[in-house]
Amino acid sequence: MANFDWTLPRARRGALAVWRRNVLVWRRLLGPAILMNFGEPLIYLLGFGLGLGVFVGQVADLPYLAFLASGIVASSAMTTATFEGMYSVFTRMVPQRTYEAILATPLEIDDILAGEMLWCATKGLMSGVAILLVGAGLGVVGGMSALWAIPVVFLIGLTFGGMAMIMTALADNYDFFSYYFVLLVTPMMMLCGVFFPIDGLPGWLQDVVQILPLTHAVALVRPLVVGAPVDAAGLHLSVLIGYASTSYYLAVVLVRRRLVV
Amino acid sequence: MRDVQPVQDAVINNGVGTMNDRPIVRGLGLRKTFAERVAVDGIDLDIPRGRCFGLLGPNGAGKTTTLRMLLGLTPFDAGTLTVFDLPMPERAREVRARVGIVPQADTLDPDFSVAENLRVYASYFGLSRRQVEPRIDGLLDFANLGERRDARIDTLSGGMKRRLTIARALVNDPELVVLDEPTTGLDPQARHVIWSRLSELRDASKTLVLTTHYMEEAERLCDELIVVDHGRILDRGSPRALIKRHVEPEVIEVRGGADAVIAWPEIQAARTERMGSSLYCYTREPAPLLNRLQAATGIVFLHRPAGLEDVFLRLTGRELRD
Ligand SMILES: Nc1ncnc2c1ncn2[C@@H]1O[C@H](COP(=O)(O)OP(=O)(O)OP(=O)(O)O)[C@@H](O)[C@H]1O
Ligand SMILES: [Mg+2]
Repeated sequence: MANFDWTLPRARRGALAVWRRNVLVWRRLLGPAILMNFGEPLIYLLGFGLGLGVFVGQVADLPYLAFLASGIVASSAMTTATFEGMYSVFTRMVPQRTYEAILATPLEIDDILAGEMLWCATKGLMSGVAILLVGAGLGVVGGMSALWAIPVVFLIGLTFGGMAMIMTALADNYDFFSYYFVLLVTPMMMLCGVFFPIDGLPGWLQDVVQILPLTHAVALVRPLVVGAPVDAAGLHLSVLIGYASTSYYLAVVLVRRRLVV
Repeated sequence: MRDVQPVQDAVINNGVGTMNDRPIVRGLGLRKTFAERVAVDGIDLDIPRGRCFGLLGPNGAGKTTTLRMLLGLTPFDAGTLTVFDLPMPERAREVRARVGIVPQADTLDPDFSVAENLRVYASYFGLSRRQVEPRIDGLLDFANLGERRDARIDTLSGGMKRRLTIARALVNDPELVVLDEPTTGLDPQARHVIWSRLSELRDASKTLVLTTHYMEEAERLCDELIVVDHGRILDRGSPRALIKRHVEPEVIEVRGGADAVIAWPEIQAARTERMGSSLYCYTREPAPLLNRLQAATGIVFLHRPAGLEDVFLRLTGRELRD
């Protein structure tokens, strides 16, 4: 297509400078960030898990609190990375002109978006790990295998951060992001196995959710957290890696068209 | 009266000390079209090392687009370009590592303090803390911002932000500094400070490329400039050469009573231009007209040497641009 530069992206070490920039900014807001990361999931888990758990009992052979906590580890990595990839990246790209400043240095869009994606994943990781710790405190973590959930949560952050940046590249303003939340994020939250197992869904819907990345994220994280065997790990990992790399590529192409004109 | 002395000095200074004669930028037939609109329409550039080179042109002339092409930030549709003898845009990363850029719009990072802005920006060049830290104080002094090093960006005045942006453009110790309208929107004090800083840079044998709408700025700073309009170069030369080439040496501006003056026989010796209620008389022999003006009553006039602004208006016309 005309006007698109489809050259394969090549991120270099400069990406880490972009990531570090975000770490420096975030460090100042450590207090509220920690409160958000720990406070919110704690309330959710106690409220839903204990309150609702009384009525629900066992779900998929797990106490509901364990089922829910392990699902939320994945979904909170998703929402955190999504927010960062949309609102924060948009702020830096458009009103704040941070990328314009960075593009005056040897860095290119490939590096900037790689750094941003790493940062989205870092934030996703922090919120996922916070829930993991809260879950451990509530006794739902099944053992050392839960440590394997940590790199997976980072990958989940990359996946959803990358997808969010595609929206950001296309957005004219913040309102645009509502579409993405209503059409994709909230449905995934509801349907991909965070709150209840997928096999309760109608057959056709079960097929649909198989193409959504959160389904695969939950399918990996839940057994790792509760200490159960993981089925089809290769498939789930490939889907997440596929979404992450494809969306990084598309976001780079779209942002190139937007900023390198 | 306009003081043209600095320009003269500049020409003399730069007659010596240019050891490397290869131009730092060479462009041939550069073209750029946005949708239907031709922004740059066949520009040739060769920018000598160690000088201050200006791009002068009205709004929308294509100055920013031309600068962005030099930096590999705007792909061009036709033409060839080298910077430091490196082909562009292929080698843009290497080129930008050796260039300092002051963009037209403010791009300081509002999430950081003054000093942090310099540090973080240096990190994009891959410079380590150890390399950068000793330079920070010098840069802050250069920008007269030593006392504000921990201030937040949104507490700075327009002039301070601009100075910080210039200091930021120097963190990588660039050979070439590109400035897009470095003083637009600043008050005269702030502008003079920036001019003296830019002169210092030129004296330190950095190559400067700047765009401006301010004729005084161009006359003071630029050794050589091009006048650009509609994406084309209208002429090129030193400010003095351009003035000599395009306008008569003296101007008499008649501001009140122009209607009467225009009928005088003394006006025949001058080339005149009407602009609203003012009459501009360009001439080599002002004496007869001046004598009559001085004798007349109720006429307001100003006698001055011709300047770059007269050249600019002559070349680009007097209609409003947008
Ligand atoms: N991204 C863009 N998309 C479409 N048109 C553009 C774009 N950038 C510049 N133009 C057009 O190209 C022309 C040249 O613009 P440019 O910004 O280079 O002018 P300029 O000389 O820097 O003007 P100014 O003095 O106002 O900064 C203008 O007509 C402008 O509208
Ligand atoms: Mg411009």
